[in-house]
Amino acid sequence: MSTSTPELTSPPSGLSVRRPPRQSTASWPLLDRAGYLLCWATGIALCLIAVGIVLYMLVKGISYLRPSLLLESPAPSLQQSKAGGFLDPIEGTFVLTAVAIAIAAPIGVALATWLSEYGQSSRLARAVESAVEIIAGTPSIVLAIFGLLVFSQSFLGFLSQNAADGAVTGQSFLAAGAIMALLALPLIVGAAREGLAQIPDRTREASHALGKTRATTIRHVLLPSIRSNIAEGVVLGMGRVIGDTAIVIILLGGTLKTEPESGTPIVGLLRGTGSTLTNYVYYNSPAGEGNAHEKAYAAAFVLLMIVLALNFAVTRISGGRGGRVDRTGGSWWRLAGAQGLIRRPQGARESGSEPRS
Amino acid sequence: MDQVTPPPVRRIAVEREPQVVAPTASPNGTSTAAARPSVSARLRAGRPLLGSVRERMRVESVWLAYGDNWVVRDVSLPVRQGEVLALIGASGSGKTTLLRSLNRLTEVTAGAARAGQISLDGQEIHGLEVNALRRRVSMVFQQPNPFPMSIFDNVAYALAEQSPPRGRRRRRSAELEHAVHDALHRAGLYEEVAGDLDRSALNLSGGQQQRLCIARALAAQPEVLLLDEPCSALDPISTATIEELIVQLRESVAIVIVTHNLQQAFRVADHVAFMHLGELVEYGPGEQVFDRPAQQRTREYIGGAFG
Repeated sequence: MSTSTPELTSPPSGLSVRRPPRQSTASWPLLDRAGYLLCWATGIALCLIAVGIVLYMLVKGISYLRPSLLLESPAPSLQQSKAGGFLDPIEGTFVLTAVAIAIAAPIGVALATWLSEYGQSSRLARAVESAVEIIAGTPSIVLAIFGLLVFSQSFLGFLSQNAADGAVTGQSFLAAGAIMALLALPLIVGAAREGLAQIPDRTREASHALGKTRATTIRHVLLPSIRSNIAEGVVLGMGRVIGDTAIVIILLGGTLKTEPESGTPIVGLLRGTGSTLTNYVYYNSPAGEGNAHEKAYAAAFVLLMIVLALNFAVTRISGGRGGRVDRTGGSWWRLAGAQGLIRRPQGARESGSEPRS
Repeated sequence: MDQVTPPPVRRIAVEREPQVVAPTASPNGTSTAAARPSVSARLRAGRPLLGSVRERMRVESVWLAYGDNWVVRDVSLPVRQGEVLALIGASGSGKTTLLRSLNRLTEVTAGAARAGQISLDGQEIHGLEVNALRRRVSMVFQQPNPFPMSIFDNVAYALAEQSPPRGRRRRRSAELEHAVHDALHRAGLYEEVAGDLDRSALNLSGGQQQRLCIARALAAQPEVLLLDEPCSALDPISTATIEELIVQLRESVAIVIVTHNLQQAFRVADHVAFMHLGELVEYGPGEQVFDRPAQQRTREYIGGAFG
């Protein structure tokens, strides 16, 4: 047997290689061409709008943004030049986001795990999914006043500040953070469930065949492999939390500077009030009382940059996961609202496709 | 040399037989698909039947159903250490279901029902704790399914009772390292990966991943190893490597292999069980079932009349 096929890596030089030509629309019916042009036009228009927003904020923001604004605390004063910057709002944004994520992340992952691994067919699981959907769809102002109602109860006074006559304000970083966690929760649950659905059933089967319990499988095989999904969910949640204004206005007490309660370092801060970039922008905008439009623009610009950076991080995190084909074009649609994310994913678990024999 | 008939199918670890036996024609006119040399001659010449063969599991009158559909009907056979038992049959014959019932994986499916007895070393397996059973009776699946961890962690996961030390940073005891290296040796993978055990298992080739799965299954020193068409997703070279591995392992572990591939069964098996539509049609030593099948149905299947 001495015949061997020659190594064929590319067509021999004599053969001319022809690639299919770009489809021209000249032969299409008029309606199709009109539709095609409309799609193009809409796409370009949207690009222009996005660029417009960023450029406008860039121009306005940069023109008013000075490093001192980022580094000084707000100081009430009749003169703008002495009124300080927005260091405290920046601080407030970070603290609030940290509290919200610290509450939402463990609960979200636990919920996603339970729904995915244990709750396949139970009615309780369907009820929980609906509950998460309801929370996802609730407007943040509604969540905010619900939060105010809850945290004003006297038995929850330790979470916020108490006035002299014993009335509980219900406004603090903890209260706002807890309600913000509800905003981030559906996003984390959705991302984690998606990650778990992508792990094929045969991996779980392999672990069971080794004599491991389901809990061990979850702890040591499943959760470590969805780390990047959880990270994506967390960053999406952070984006939502950072951008929300209603909850901050109602539940964070509206003090421009961070005012910790009673001395104890961390707990005092959490029980105290403050402000974030969002309500600082509102306060200083023409609609608010501060009447410092330039500072509002500068703060809005900083806010936009933070959120864009987070979006970029999400793309990096989810894109770096082995390039799965994502026809929906990334996670942008999730930022718009978490509806539909926590439904059972369509392309669900790839159960072992081997036929029973 | 006039090679009119294709070269003979070889049993593992035996010299190539020079002459070719003429195909035997079965009564209804179909001839055996490929020339199959007399096996008894080669057994004497080459691969020895192991002297010490001990029974590890016994399947007695087992019936298995999914829902109302009885997939396995009244099957009884022994599983012995020192030999390879091949379950052959067409799709739907119940052989994979029977295999999975040996380590109680059938229980995972809702609506599975059973009757009959399966015992491991004399003890009924349904009386044992299921995870303890699965550590004694391990399984390797058709698709290689390494966990998304390093090679070392994949095998270490199978070993540790409680939480396995993961990653490079946690301190690994010398025992654990020794056990992992031992399992990799037994699976014939150690030489190829010894350089870097901390790299991801997902970067291995298909054949290497399957051997890693075998190493993982062997890590806890099981008494029985179940293989569900382990080579069907692999190329011929990897297949050959794994088949040799299986033949070597039979001395220390009882092996049951389900295979669609008759040539593979011929190469590796000592005893063969032919199943058809859930029933055990024939059970016997490999050379008897392939050369002189007692049942018509077996003759037809081996001759390629269906399947």
